[in-house]
Amino acid sequence: MATTTTKTPVTFTLNGAEAATFVDPGANLLEVLRRNLGDLSPKYGCGQGTCGTCTVMINGQPRLSCLTLAETVEGSHVETTAGLAHGPDLHALQQAFIDGFAAQCGFCTPGMLMSAKALLDRNPNPTREEVVDAISGNLCRCTGYEPIVEAILTAARAPRRSAGRSV
Amino acid sequence: MIHQGRGFACINYPIGMNLGGDPSQALVHSTPDGKFMVTLSSIDLGQGVKSVMRQVAAESLGVPVSDVYVDTADSDTGPHDMGSFASRGTHRMGNAVIRAAAEARFQMMEAAADELEVNASDLMTDGKGNIHVKGSPSRSITVQETAQLAQFRQGRTLSGRGIFLVPYSPVDAETGEMTPVSSFAHAALIVDLTVDDETGEVEVTQINSAYEVGRALNPRLVEQQLIGGAWMGVSHALYETTEPYYPDRAHGPEDFNHYLMPGPGDTPPHHISILERPAPDAPFGGKGPGEMCANPVLPAIANAVYNAVGVRCDTLPITPEKVLRGIRDNGGARPQGRPG
Amino acid sequence: MSQTINHVEYRKDLFADERDDTLAEIGQPTVRQDILGHVTGRSPYYDDHLFEGLLHIRCVRSPHHHARVRSVDSAAAEQMPGVVRIIRAADVPVNMNTLLSLIDFGRDDEPLLAADKVAYVGQPIIAIVATSVRAAEDAAAAVRVDYEVLPHVLDVEEALVPGAPVVNETYPNNSFDYHDRYDHQKLRFGDVEAAFARADHIVEGTYQMSPIEQAPMETCGAIAAHETNDRIVCYTGTQALFFSLGVTAKQLDMPSSRLHFIGGTVGGGFGGKVDSHHEPLAVLGAILTGRPVKYQWDRAEEMQVGAPRGGERWRIKDGITSDGRIIARTFTGFFDAGAFTRLSSYAVQKATGHLPGPYTIPNVASNVFCVYTNRTPSTAMRGFGITACDFAIECHMDKVAEAVGMDPIEVRILNAYRDGDMKAHRRAAKNCALIESCQVVAAKAGWRLSPDALAASSMAGGGVGWRGEIPETLSDTAGQIGQRSRDGHGTDPFAGAQDRVRVAAGQIDPQATSALGNAPQDTEMEAEVDRLGFKTSASTDTPPSQRPVGPAPSPQPVPPPSSGQKYLGGLPSGAPLGPSDQWQRAAPPQSGPSLPLAARPNPEQPTQQPAQPGASQSPAPPAAAAAPPQATPPSDNEPFQRGVRRPGVSPFLRGRRR
Repeated sequence: MATTTTKTPVTFTLNGAEAATFVDPGANLLEVLRRNLGDLSPKYGCGQGTCGTCTVMINGQPRLSCLTLAETVEGSHVETTAGLAHGPDLHALQQAFIDGFAAQCGFCTPGMLMSAKALLDRNPNPTREEVVDAISGNLCRCTGYEPIVEAILTAARAPRRSAGRSV
Repeated sequence: MIHQGRGFACINYPIGMNLGGDPSQALVHSTPDGKFMVTLSSIDLGQGVKSVMRQVAAESLGVPVSDVYVDTADSDTGPHDMGSFASRGTHRMGNAVIRAAAEARFQMMEAAADELEVNASDLMTDGKGNIHVKGSPSRSITVQETAQLAQFRQGRTLSGRGIFLVPYSPVDAETGEMTPVSSFAHAALIVDLTVDDETGEVEVTQINSAYEVGRALNPRLVEQQLIGGAWMGVSHALYETTEPYYPDRAHGPEDFNHYLMPGPGDTPPHHISILERPAPDAPFGGKGPGEMCANPVLPAIANAVYNAVGVRCDTLPITPEKVLRGIRDNGGARPQGRPG
Repeated sequence: MSQTINHVEYRKDLFADERDDTLAEIGQPTVRQDILGHVTGRSPYYDDHLFEGLLHIRCVRSPHHHARVRSVDSAAAEQMPGVVRIIRAADVPVNMNTLLSLIDFGRDDEPLLAADKVAYVGQPIIAIVATSVRAAEDAAAAVRVDYEVLPHVLDVEEALVPGAPVVNETYPNNSFDYHDRYDHQKLRFGDVEAAFARADHIVEGTYQMSPIEQAPMETCGAIAAHETNDRIVCYTGTQALFFSLGVTAKQLDMPSSRLHFIGGTVGGGFGGKVDSHHEPLAVLGAILTGRPVKYQWDRAEEMQVGAPRGGERWRIKDGITSDGRIIARTFTGFFDAGAFTRLSSYAVQKATGHLPGPYTIPNVASNVFCVYTNRTPSTAMRGFGITACDFAIECHMDKVAEAVGMDPIEVRILNAYRDGDMKAHRRAAKNCALIESCQVVAAKAGWRLSPDALAASSMAGGGVGWRGEIPETLSDTAGQIGQRSRDGHGTDPFAGAQDRVRVAAGQIDPQATSALGNAPQDTEMEAEVDRLGFKTSASTDTPPSQRPVGPAPSPQPVPPPSSGQKYLGGLPSGAPLGPSDQWQRAAPPQSGPSLPLAARPNPEQPTQQPAQPGASQSPAPPAAAAAPPQATPPSDNEPFQRGVRRPGVSPFLRGRRR
């Protein structure tokens, strides 16, 4: 309520590096990642948990950062699309999205990539149905989904560490 | 019981708008080492205008696409453009970019001609970053060297300006006479679907389509539009509305749990044929495919639903409720038989 | 990609003689320039610009369809934590605007913030600027507005009835004023009433488009912040940078040079990001607070306050002969603009220019209305002005096919427009490809067509006789501004008409077959024509000497075919059909890219008129055409114009040979 609220310290791992910040009570993870930590890769699409553009991975699981209280990630491993490439090497999913023209406006792409990575991390050889299931919480208004499904399947078939292009 | 239905629709789509004049501007300039910057105020909403203008500029300049970068949209640097709508981007801005690139190319060829001591008209580009004498590839100079010499020795700028304006065509009050558009894109589409006469549910099972796009300036970007656009057409036909009982304002959705669209598991196979009849006044003949691609899907689905169960759904969207009410009013499903 | 469920093929065999497919970069599947940013999350959308001390805007919105605002009490809200500024209508220097005023179309009819009346649920009345979205929302909820609820109207046709509540005082008849004369846009071509009288079948239908949300994944919004030198930078998700900049300069009464707008990377638009409401409010907020201000819709606002695709209603009436020929078609169209005009006034004209769809029909009339109702204003969406119209036309075409017992595709091919045909807006068609699209999709889907339908071509038979002419036309002066809301009468063409006005038959203006771009302002901006991707061989163009020489209108308009007459491709009954016929191969003057590259058109022989049957049957097939004797190859560096005097060719298409 008041402008002088008590902030809570939160420490977690963001894309492998330690992140520490003070958050307002009730602040969601999306806001904290974007405003406090400057990681702009997760996007605000609805704030209602219905579109998936804010998807990040928390301890290996895809989670909607707009519905996640920032305080609850204390001590967790948080991954976002900003950390998907390893140095200059793109992740196989990123390369497959490029080659497969799986993005148009690109706004849903970071969330899609997180849902897809969570799938491939736990199931390296998914079926089409499993891919569809994994991204069914991520809305895309441009592509008609099929190029995205194809790109994820292509990435699953690619060698584990993509040679990729420089970022 | 599940009924099969098949429906057809075909459309044309006007390219560009007719309102108060429809201009676009572009600027092109070279860096000192012979790369080219294109500055615009077009908006890339995902349709890929940055990418298409980059290819148009590269083709027009005669240099590799990797040597061109498109910067849009900053009102301090990009000249005026009406905006990204009315399928005008590719046509209007493409023509403006061709002109800007033509002027930059003219200067580039003059600069190279000075160095090679020939007439500019005797020179050609190889599209790989070299300029050489026609019929004698060994007498050549690189674009990079040309740009350097132009800037540091000749005092010449390799830059260009382009504007493309379609002037306003007044609309006659009595007859509607007007000159509304530059060209038309075309589409014809056949939808196969099933209708469940117990639930009223419609499931699109296959789409066959033919889209005529003038020229596919970048075929993959065209395919993006056609696949995504047809998906949106299915969505419009069967699911989407902000006012489910229009003109009643009640029951308006406020989130994606209530505003319905097909998901990744609901996409039917789509077999596309792309036709290219270049439009004379369009950049390399290309028409804008982005808007028209959804249009034929809506009526084709309505026609297929009629074909399946004999219910005319003339009010969108074609919800299970409307299908069931129609079947009930008809006293049962009335399959019309497979056409063609 | 064995698993792929989409399949794409390119029919390079079709129209191959019009295209040069040897371009270097055009036609290549080059990866998107922006794709690396997209897959790394680095593409800079408007919301991806961080500012210290950013403020947020939330609006107090009308809960009523229609109400007078008696008073607004924001005293409690002003005292709430985090509230920095409250913006009222009086704070907006030029509160009234209409988007298209920038190009002088229509009157200012919409306030940025409502002053004394609201006309739709969700209309903004007050903007709260606060340190967080939550603080702004809480304060907005604490504002007390005293409303006097007014009667409202939600249906477009009810809105046109005498005595209907006035939605928008700028247009007190609930309809946009066209040409300072009519409450609708007319289209009149031929005599529909006479044609209906002789038709074998009449088919009527009414079609209703639903309002649809553009639903881009990125919601609409803008961030404004102070730059150096007393300028304001505005990061925006607009689809039209200079529309948004122009509206902001106008409504805030400031020179556009003080505004620096940055956009161009947008998370989807589909037409929903042209209305330019966020930019003026965000910039005003920055000016009034001295701090950076963001105005971004949440998803609920995007869906219910954001302007949707409008709910268009179309009525179609066709007169058809028993052979499937449509000889008359009328439309009555209603665009539901909602409470304010936005772009609906233009969509009416765009739709009017689209009628009667991609078909050649000798008698067409339409009345199309832009109607105000007490709902969220509608705006552009993918296919704006056309999608609903095409839904209506194509559903109707199936009813036509059923009425005459014909195959649905065949009836469309029979009536399809072809190169050289006169369209209802009085311009000749060119560059048509509807028939080929129909044939291709039918073949791939296994939908059998008759030999006649398979032999038809967009490039053959168009513009012949009546098909290429502007008929004597019957119009009327019904629907003068205010007349309907006073006296009440029908909205269909000629309904309530006290008079009939005859407009003389005409001929094609060869310079006006399609919208022409301006010529390059400087010769150095002229592209080299042989680098533009059009087939440059002489064989693609009918030599001037063998082109039909115009003007050659029929002395008397050839009447539409009578009932029972097989009439495909403009051929009179009995004319030979099929691929062996020269008709199928000889290109009419308007066909193709119209690029006489090897031969400059002879200015003494402008081919201004569509071919008469007799004139067109003589040319040799294009493939066999020799270079015209009088053609001289252009010399290097000699500027030339190509096709400028020929129908359908833009003066833009000229250049120099180098």
